[in-house]
Amino acid sequence: MTVEAAPLPQAGRLRSFVDFYATTMRTAVATQFQYRAANYFYMLGMVAEPVIYLVVWSAIARSNGGNVNGITAEGFAAYYIVWTLVRNMNIVFGAPFWEWRIREGQFSGQLLRPMHPIHFDIAYFAGWKFVVIILWIPIAVGLSLVFHPALSPSALEIAVFLVAIWGAYLLRTAVQETIGMLNFWTTRGAAVFDLYMASELLLSGRLVPLKLMPEWVQTLANFLPFKWTFGFPIESLVGNMSTQSLLLGLAAQALWIVGSFVVFRFAFRFAVRHYSAVGG
Amino acid sequence: MNAIRIGWLYLKVGVMNELQYRVNFFVQLLQSLIQVGTGLVMLSLVYSHTKELHGWSEAELLTLIGVQIVLGGVIHTFIQPNMERLLEDVQQGTLDYALTKPQDSQVLLSVRQVRMWQVVEMISGLILVIVGLTRLEQSIGPVDVLAFAFSLAVGAVLIYCFWLIVTTGAFWVVRMEHVLELFEGVYQTGRWPVGVYPGWLRYSVTFLVPVAFAVTVPAQALTSRLQLQTFLISVGFAVVLFTFTRWFWHFGLRRYSGASA
Repeated sequence: MTVEAAPLPQAGRLRSFVDFYATTMRTAVATQFQYRAANYFYMLGMVAEPVIYLVVWSAIARSNGGNVNGITAEGFAAYYIVWTLVRNMNIVFGAPFWEWRIREGQFSGQLLRPMHPIHFDIAYFAGWKFVVIILWIPIAVGLSLVFHPALSPSALEIAVFLVAIWGAYLLRTAVQETIGMLNFWTTRGAAVFDLYMASELLLSGRLVPLKLMPEWVQTLANFLPFKWTFGFPIESLVGNMSTQSLLLGLAAQALWIVGSFVVFRFAFRFAVRHYSAVGG
Repeated sequence: MNAIRIGWLYLKVGVMNELQYRVNFFVQLLQSLIQVGTGLVMLSLVYSHTKELHGWSEAELLTLIGVQIVLGGVIHTFIQPNMERLLEDVQQGTLDYALTKPQDSQVLLSVRQVRMWQVVEMISGLILVIVGLTRLEQSIGPVDVLAFAFSLAVGAVLIYCFWLIVTTGAFWVVRMEHVLELFEGVYQTGRWPVGVYPGWLRYSVTFLVPVAFAVTVPAQALTSRLQLQTFLISVGFAVVLFTFTRWFWHFGLRRYSGASA
């Protein structure tokens, strides 16, 4: 089907965009604060995963005489506590939700708006992040008291980290939305999402710091998008990376973001052409 | 007896329902393969850096992971679908339909749903258990197997009780759907011997969320490290928890005022 929505007036285009983003983000903040308890349950459930990895690797580090491949128990603590924030930044409008959006007829309505639906996704989840970050602070303090992380970042590392977590957010959004386009052709996308999640788990630094992986896995990870949403932001803060590799990392992230959104644009165009409306 | 008959009837209907969606079998198969695959990768990573983890060798831990996956399969097939449905029913007011039926309400809401294809998860876990066992040096006798089967059943009862207690909380706090995530997260602690965890966490996953009893005890039975005392404590705990769960369910039910009528 073709869609002919009224184009935005050129003069106010930028302002409309800024307005739209600001309002959507404010709405997200207000809404999600209402559901603080639900958000907290969710976040606490997520903490279990890194705590398990952390405990297991710290135990191995101790039994190995203090470290595994140069990472001490305190180093693991730092890695996995920062992990919790990065994981939360990685929650985006996920691919499986496209199925819901299409099935429930939400998408038809969104197509009629003068703005691409992805802007809502980016803005809403970005706003939600502010709530998540505030709720995350007590969790981080609690985990730090229990596990004593070794963390002494420089000003540059902090600055790169703050950029990198938003880069991770944008990159994962682009990738997930692109995979979500599969839902226009099949209702069995779940298999593909699971493959994606498994690859991400192993190749991003989510399961273990990539340093612990065999050499060839590390090389492979450099050429895939996963590492730039997970391992790189964490390492930028805890990994004592050189200035050059910090900046190169940001550049790689930027490149992946632009590339993924270009792919998304094409995929979306094909998908909408294929779309036959549900509901309305 | 009546409870078993009703359970059996619902099971038959549930299986017939699921048989209509055969492609789900393959989706489930792929998901199980991924789950087992990532578990094996983590295992080989850990044991590429160490010889034993808190006294557990690689083969023993493989058995433990297998047990965790088997029990996960039981949860996903029988327990979780029913609890999810209950949460939804409380939110939407459709619980009235179940309550007005002339049967014990707890029995009814515990057997209504079955996700048969999750059986694949149980089988894949069982394969891991068997592979792990063949790699063990000591052999297992029929007593070990019996103790294993029995403690696994006790584990399932414990998890069921925990789930029902939490779900009953929906009578007070209506929005509980994130509890699912919380449980899935905590359940992953069962992949590792409970001794690895620091004290506070060990006690929470043993008594608060009885994952340790449910997973570690059966795995201990298979690896011949189960002590009679631990076994008896877990049985006793199950009896107490089940009695409490039943009381708590009726207590919560009195709070429920319905939302549909």
